[in-house]
Amino acid sequence: MAERYRRRSALAHLGLEVRASAAVPHAGVVLGECRMRGLLLLRGDVASAGFRSAVSEVLGLVPVAEPLTTARKRDVTMLWLGPDEWLLVTPDRRVDRIERTLRDALAGQRAALTEVSHGRAILTLSGPHARAVLAKGCPLDLHPREFAPGRCARSRLARCQALIHHVSAAPAFEIHVHRSFAQYAWTWLMDAGQEFGVRIAPME
Amino acid sequence: MTDAPFRLPSGGRIDRGSPVSFSFDGERYTGYAGDTVASALLAHGVRLVGRSFKYHRPRGVVTDGVEEPNALVQLGIGASGEPNARATQVEIHDGLAAASQNRWPSLGFDAGAVNGLLSALIPAGFYYKTFMWPGRWWMKYEYFIRRAAGLGRAPTGPDPDTYDKSWAHCDVLVVGAGPSGLAATHAAGRTGARVLLVDERPEPGGHLPGTSQSIDDAPAEEWVSAMVSDLAAMEEVRILPRATALGYYDHNYLTVLERRTDHLPYRERRGRVRQRLWKVRAKQVVLATGAHERPLVFRNNDRPGVMLASAARSYVNRYAVRPGTSAVVFTNNDTAYDPALDLADAGLRVVLADVRTGLSDARRSQLRRRGIELLAGHAITDVRGAKAVTGVSVAALNSSASAYAGGHRKIRCDLVCMSGGWNPAIHLFSQSGGRLAFDEARGAFVPGEARPAQFSAGGCNGTGALAFALSEGREAGKAAAAACGFRKRGGTPLPKVDVVEETPIRLLWTVPSRHLGRRLDKHFVDFQNDVTAADIALAAREGYRSVEHLKRYTTTGMGTDQGKTSNVNALAILSETLGADIAATGTTTFRPPYVPATFGALAGRDVGELSDPVRTTPMHQWHVEQGAAFEDVGQWKRPWYYPRDGESMREAVDRECLAARGSVGILDASTLGRIDVQGPDAAEFLDRIYTNGWKRLAVGRCRYGLMCTEDGMVFDDGVTLRLGEHRFLVHTTSGNAARVLAWMEEWLQTEWPDLDVYCNSVTEQLATASISGPFARQLLTELTTDVELGRDAFPFMSWRDGHVAGLPARVARVSFTGESSFEVSVPSGYGLSLWTALMHSGQRYGITPYGTEAMHVLRAERGFIIAGQDTDGTVTPIDLGMEWIVSRSKDFIGKRSLGRADTTRAERKQLVGLLTDDPEEVLPEGGQIVDTVTKPPMRMIGHVTSSYFSANLGRSIALALVRGGRDRHGEPVMVPLERAVVPARITEPRFFDPEGKRAHG
Amino acid sequence: MLLIECPWCGPREESEFHCGGEAHIVRPLHPEQLSDPEWADYLFMRSNPKGPHRERWVHEAGCGRWFNVERDTVTHEITAVYRMGGPPPNPSAAPGRKR
Repeated sequence: MAERYRRRSALAHLGLEVRASAAVPHAGVVLGECRMRGLLLLRGDVASAGFRSAVSEVLGLVPVAEPLTTARKRDVTMLWLGPDEWLLVTPDRRVDRIERTLRDALAGQRAALTEVSHGRAILTLSGPHARAVLAKGCPLDLHPREFAPGRCARSRLARCQALIHHVSAAPAFEIHVHRSFAQYAWTWLMDAGQEFGVRIAPME
Repeated sequence: MTDAPFRLPSGGRIDRGSPVSFSFDGERYTGYAGDTVASALLAHGVRLVGRSFKYHRPRGVVTDGVEEPNALVQLGIGASGEPNARATQVEIHDGLAAASQNRWPSLGFDAGAVNGLLSALIPAGFYYKTFMWPGRWWMKYEYFIRRAAGLGRAPTGPDPDTYDKSWAHCDVLVVGAGPSGLAATHAAGRTGARVLLVDERPEPGGHLPGTSQSIDDAPAEEWVSAMVSDLAAMEEVRILPRATALGYYDHNYLTVLERRTDHLPYRERRGRVRQRLWKVRAKQVVLATGAHERPLVFRNNDRPGVMLASAARSYVNRYAVRPGTSAVVFTNNDTAYDPALDLADAGLRVVLADVRTGLSDARRSQLRRRGIELLAGHAITDVRGAKAVTGVSVAALNSSASAYAGGHRKIRCDLVCMSGGWNPAIHLFSQSGGRLAFDEARGAFVPGEARPAQFSAGGCNGTGALAFALSEGREAGKAAAAACGFRKRGGTPLPKVDVVEETPIRLLWTVPSRHLGRRLDKHFVDFQNDVTAADIALAAREGYRSVEHLKRYTTTGMGTDQGKTSNVNALAILSETLGADIAATGTTTFRPPYVPATFGALAGRDVGELSDPVRTTPMHQWHVEQGAAFEDVGQWKRPWYYPRDGESMREAVDRECLAARGSVGILDASTLGRIDVQGPDAAEFLDRIYTNGWKRLAVGRCRYGLMCTEDGMVFDDGVTLRLGEHRFLVHTTSGNAARVLAWMEEWLQTEWPDLDVYCNSVTEQLATASISGPFARQLLTELTTDVELGRDAFPFMSWRDGHVAGLPARVARVSFTGESSFEVSVPSGYGLSLWTALMHSGQRYGITPYGTEAMHVLRAERGFIIAGQDTDGTVTPIDLGMEWIVSRSKDFIGKRSLGRADTTRAERKQLVGLLTDDPEEVLPEGGQIVDTVTKPPMRMIGHVTSSYFSANLGRSIALALVRGGRDRHGEPVMVPLERAVVPARITEPRFFDPEGKRAHG
Repeated sequence: MLLIECPWCGPREESEFHCGGEAHIVRPLHPEQLSDPEWADYLFMRSNPKGPHRERWVHEAGCGRWFNVERDTVTHEITAVYRMGGPPPNPSAAPGRKR
């Protein structure tokens, strides 16, 4: 599909590829944009066996029932967003096929599927001071005792809503914001990270 | 280097290896790292540091900490200047420039001091009484009052520093790193609980480093450093020095102001955050905020050189400064004895006047050993000296302390140390909602019933003795951790502390004057606001019986120090005057912040471009490059109009409007709200949400819908596409996208959980370009191969999927301009690509980008409303003349309300058109409409909601809401403006293509 | 600022929530059969007590769920949190609506 090459990420205009090469000594924070992901919102009744098996048939993943947790199978990650709501993060090139197969499998179930790949920006935040930077704008308790790697939560980042995914203990976070807020969230994170030194991550 | 004359040769917590140079009122001084402005000035014998607020009396340092009422200084100059800094807390650093305040032309000679001579003429409530009348003179009074009063100068330029905010979560928050706070932190920390200890001082230990106290037979500082090194080894314990808890709110939410660079030389501050406001959420809180010593209220107790006994002691021990050479210590309780001993040990000549008799032998012998003369049962009756204390008069009190039994004796001295007892620092406790109790024996308010998950320990709990403070702290820390599920056996035993038997305090709220029967007009209670015991008594006699009224009438406790040293004395004197119990009189309300905070810290980084999120569409970059003028629509930045070289706004908008009807216009409509509604009950759900019906809408078709709130008022509108049997795409107005989704979720979750429907926002997933005008179809034909665009194949109000410019697209034939138009939507990532393709191919048709202003004009020409502009939450669909969209055959949200008496009355404001008699006159939106112009007030019959110049019509047009307007078409009305009265005529609210034929074209 | 225990996400800051007013006001099944005063009572009248109050909150910035909270309007103490449609856990604590 040729049009994929015409796709622009939310922060494409910032020229992050070029800025990523700049050396920042003692960077306490690494910021980046994660560009090529497919995103599907999945809704459904977790109590329904039909729904669970339809999802697991396609993804090999049962919709997670435990709040604020995530599950991963091969290249698909499932994030709990609410008791009837999940976000599926897939490789960009597979999102259409996964959507189609899943929609077919869910036929007749109490469920819904919506693609939002273009509607979000995913910012990556890592480095020794990542938690301190995030804590400046996010009211979540980010201590590993409370928010362990593999957990996710919707909350706020500064003055916009955000989905925070603690992807690894490094610590590393993926921060999903609505596309139109991407510039604001980026500027805010750069500003908040300034005192620790910010390096820009190479593009995926 | 020769040392400052009042610096002790050894001791103190100062770093003699690090001399620091600073200035005060332009004079250069040196001190050491660890000094405050106050301690360094005292080391140089500088006593006079400020002038009082009202009488401009000379004032000196009273305290050694946060409660300082007098020694307020201006720091720095210009944009980074800071007024009213407490010299007793400001740490000196190289380059620091401090200046005294509230004096002119100089601190030594102050013209305002004449007020002091006239003080008899400036009683309590002076301003209220004097400047009442005539009202129009108030402006003149204000000018002079503000010049004469006021403390420091506010900075005028933008603040060059950076500030920050951060959340902090913990199991246990301990406020105060004094002995109880350290004990609490240690006890909680060793269990593994997450403990945050915040302390306002640069180093932990609270008052201990200012004393000569020993713990475990060693100087207390050794115990402090042992505790600190223990805590440093605890992974989950964090200590924030220079961090003052400002406010204590519900559910253990506290704000803490951390001063990160204020103590550093300017060159070391670059790139660092100056202050950080911590927003702390703690599962448990231990308050260990200590206590403030209370001044005694005696004649001329405000002379420079009169200070609190504990402060004098602290200057000796913490800062190695002799605050004088010859001291009279004046007390009503035991806590002034240790200071007296330390002063004598530091080489001062000391006399101790105690209002009590029957003192313990232990105390007497302590004094005797140092050669301190004890005057038991004595009081200071007056203080001599102007810019510095030169001596005092003392006399023996009679048994009731109401008068003097003997003659007056004069004692020469340059320092007066006073102690009237202690006020527990209950500020945070009280802010949190805890109830206060009055401890009659100590004459102090102490914590009573506390809010949940909170402990008070040590001085702030009314516990004076160190041994008890330590054990209270430890128990509180242990209990707080246990409440969070953290326990650990064992623990270090409580350290050994010497206990001296104490003689109870003798409360003496005012010390009688030398000449009995005279006013207590030099007996200062509130030093900062110049409130005397006489002022309070006068206010009480005038009927200000409530402490809240007293405060506002006399201004006691209303300074920047919020009366930390004065409030209890003031309300005790009020109670005495009224003959009431202090407990019954009560305190004024304690409110945050505990100390003044900079606006910078409260704003954090929410300033400048980060003050509010700016939302942009995928095509934003293009609009910027084209030089578009932008309009804020909610948080969105939308192109307002695209001015060409030299074009005015009016010219640009006219050109854009003509193009959209004459050739082809293109609008970035990406900000429209979009909601993906899926499920077998989707049509039923929309039937309930919208005023019109959805079940019979065919797949592939679109319909305009209107939704109301339950009170029948229009809430939002937009076009909905039926994507499938069980799937709809709802469009909302740009500003209401989130609200409409939330509205739908609310009804689904709370009233109709049985409906099998899910709603998801796809606002941001899609980018939309709307092309409008006679060449719109032709343009689109060039860019698509798989969408049949013929009038019959693709009728108005339908949609098709296909490709446009090689991109997967959905095309909808809907129109907000009234022209034949197409809305092309693609996934957002392709938005810019779509836009540039349309612009490129559209060139030959004269494609013209138009902004929100032209969009408003075009829709107004057709009489299309904008929810939120032509409606304001008080307008029903009927008021808009939209009965046609209100279903009679089904229920929907708000339907029942449309039958209420209020919504059916004839005199409701209804949407009409308004044409000014002068076609060039464009009415202001919000303009009030009247039938006849009379002398104000006039009867207003409505207002203008939308108003523009229409280039397509060659005249101005307006929409308005007018009482009973629908029956008044053709009638004249008036719009009175400041400059003129504009005559206009009511019309149909449709000005162009009234039958709406062009959209189908 | 309150700390509200979302039934799904646990304790979160008040700024993540939105209050939806008094709880347990059921929309009449047949609004058209109600008199104007009856409809007005449903639409406008709220108990506004001093003391325990049951109210609806939504975890707007979090999981998006609506739920009920029992909160003391004087002390702000939250005595119960329960899911939509669930019965109030302390039947005696809050006064019933005055109708």
